Amino acid sequence: MNDTAPTLEVRELRTHFFTRAGVVKAVDDVSFTVRRGKVLGLVGESGSGKTVTGFSIIGLVDPPGRIAGGQILFQGKDLASLSEAEMRHLRGNRIAMIFQDPMMTLNPVLRIDTQMIETVQAHAKVSREEARQRARDALGQVGIPSPDERLKSYPHQFSGGMRQRVAIAIALLHKPDLIIADEPTTALDVTIQGQILAEAQKLCAETGTALIWITHDLSVVAGLADDIAVMYAGKVVESGPVSQVLDAPLHPYTVGLIGSVPSRNRRGEPLRQIPGMTPSLLNLPEGCAFRSRCPRAEPNCAVPPPMPEYRPGRFARCIHPHLEEAVAA
Amino acid sequence: MTVFLLRRLMQAAVVVLAMSLLVFIGVYAIGDPVEILISPEADQIERERAIAALGLDLPLWQQYLVFLGKALQGDLGRSFVFNEPALQLILQRMPATLELAFGATFAALLIGLPLGLYAGLRPDSSVSKGIMATSILGFSLPTFWVGLMLIMVFAVQLGWLPSTGRGETAELFGLRWSFLTWDGLAHMVMPAINLALFKISLVIRLTRAGVRETMLMDYVKFARAKGLSPARVTFVHVFKNILIPVVTVVGLEFGGTIAFSVVTESIFAWPGMGKLIIDSINVLDRPVIVAYLMIIVLMFITINLVVDLTYSLLDPRVRLESKA
Ligand SMILES: Nc1ncnc2c1ncn2[C@@H]1O[C@H](COP(=O)(O)OP(=O)(O)OP(=O)(O)O)[C@@H](O)[C@H]1O
Ligand code: SF4
Ligand SMILES: [Mg+2]
Repeated sequence: MNDTAPTLEVRELRTHFFTRAGVVKAVDDVSFTVRRGKVLGLVGESGSGKTVTGFSIIGLVDPPGRIAGGQILFQGKDLASLSEAEMRHLRGNRIAMIFQDPMMTLNPVLRIDTQMIETVQAHAKVSREEARQRARDALGQVGIPSPDERLKSYPHQFSGGMRQRVAIAIALLHKPDLIIADEPTTALDVTIQGQILAEAQKLCAETGTALIWITHDLSVVAGLADDIAVMYAGKVVESGPVSQVLDAPLHPYTVGLIGSVPSRNRRGEPLRQIPGMTPSLLNLPEGCAFRSRCPRAEPNCAVPPPMPEYRPGRFARCIHPHLEEAVAA
Repeated sequence: MTVFLLRRLMQAAVVVLAMSLLVFIGVYAIGDPVEILISPEADQIERERAIAALGLDLPLWQQYLVFLGKALQGDLGRSFVFNEPALQLILQRMPATLELAFGATFAALLIGLPLGLYAGLRPDSSVSKGIMATSILGFSLPTFWVGLMLIMVFAVQLGWLPSTGRGETAELFGLRWSFLTWDGLAHMVMPAINLALFKISLVIRLTRAGVRETMLMDYVKFARAKGLSPARVTFVHVFKNILIPVVTVVGLEFGGTIAFSVVTESIFAWPGMGKLIIDSINVLDRPVIVAYLMIIVLMFITINLVVDLTYSLLDPRVRLESKA
């Protein structure tokens, strides 16, 4: 293992689904880096490929999907070079994922303790009793009251928010180096959400866990993340430090995204919506995929735009970025 | 739970009562047993005495009430033919039918589950396609034809297995069973397989469909994301979920299996209830027919109850609802 290497480095990842209707390029050129103890916010509208990116990292893309290109380096090691057994050793142990839909994440016919103890014992040679102990501690950690009793329950006896906390507890069991959290707080109410966010931040700071936080919600990213990667139609269109990107976005899509969120600074102004619809991934237009909805589009946007580093650490996949505002910032 | 059971018992009582009426009237409509049972040479007085002895001179509703009253005391009438209590006659033959039906169900699970699991996990392999194609045969080939073929091949040509009767039996709980002796087991193999044919196909298709559906569920993916071994994912996370529909359907099918054993028992001369009922219908032995049908009704009700209880054991979501 390499101490100086970032926890995760994704380079030009492409994950395609070879369906009967055609090739769905769900992830098509995604790059980002997450360092120890840092939080990356992965944002983008529905269908932009956030979840598929997460599954690609943890190695759970199922046919007809396949990683079609790029590299995923975990602590400097290319995950593509690992055998399935080695990959399984990482999963749930060094890399954990929290799924999007808490109602569907836990097996309905198995008790919570079964589902937690099996996770402990998959990666640690400990007794059942010891495993149960760890499971109980993990439940306590995510704020589930009377964890001893709750361990004996079935998933359907929990609310959606409680189930999501169980899933989070399972992800925390082995103090992983990387957690991929796929919209983990969407199902929770605001107070719990804040609690979980604080817990996540504490975990990263204390144990050096790197976190990828997938969400629609820019306000969550603003408060939690160090860096942000904005996805559109399978591509990262803008990335950089979160405060800089949110204060002075470069890409017209990011500008639109921020404009569509209510904000204290722009109180009284009408919310602006991005016109048009997300294009179908099956027949994307040649060139910039955002072209049909972009207010700054010009004829030369019909060639695929590169993703230059316009400012130090700040990338945007656009030929006509909002550089003026970025200067002002 | 107690409330649930009590409610089910009351429902069962109503069903049994309604069925007894239907069965009684239905059997009455089949034909007049007097024509068959009493010799044509008998004179009028002899005829009437016989009819009165059989209780056939009363109006239908009185016959029914008499039947009902006696039935409540466990007396379902005496067979016209054997002059033995109908119930006893049937119960004597019940072990043979039951062990055949259980054997068939067991074989169906033993063969169907692994094949269905394989076909569900590797849907595109040629072995799976072969399994699925064969299962269609299991649905569509007529039982009697397959039975005859089995006898032709394994009894007549190869001489491996006996083709008729129960073979040697041994006693357990005061009843005689074939499955307790090697000879009896050998006699059971072909009829049980014959009876199981349809069920094997059913289990294969249910299992395969269940596996394919369950594999797509988020909770299976999450189980994999936890780093569990493929064996644990398949045999704990997937298998426990597909057992629910399989147990339900196979359990409910059990009554049908007993009813269908009529064909198999006739072909393999298996001395069970099925063979008895066919013979009784031929001579219009009313009490036996009525008793048989009543026992089948009771059996269906019991099976449904057992299936419901098993179901709630397998699916925790049901357990809570029945308590509420
Ligand atoms: N099994 C599959 N077969 C074909 N296409 C798929 C499959 N799985 C995902 N996709 C496609 O990949 C694209 C990206 O999906 P993904 O779930 O990553 O979006 P997302 O950004 O997570 O959206 P959301 O915010 O709604 O969760 C979608 O357009 C979807 O249609
Ligand atoms: S490349 Fe052109 S169309 Fe695409 S976002 Fe930039 S300006 Fe808009
Ligand atoms: Mg998603």
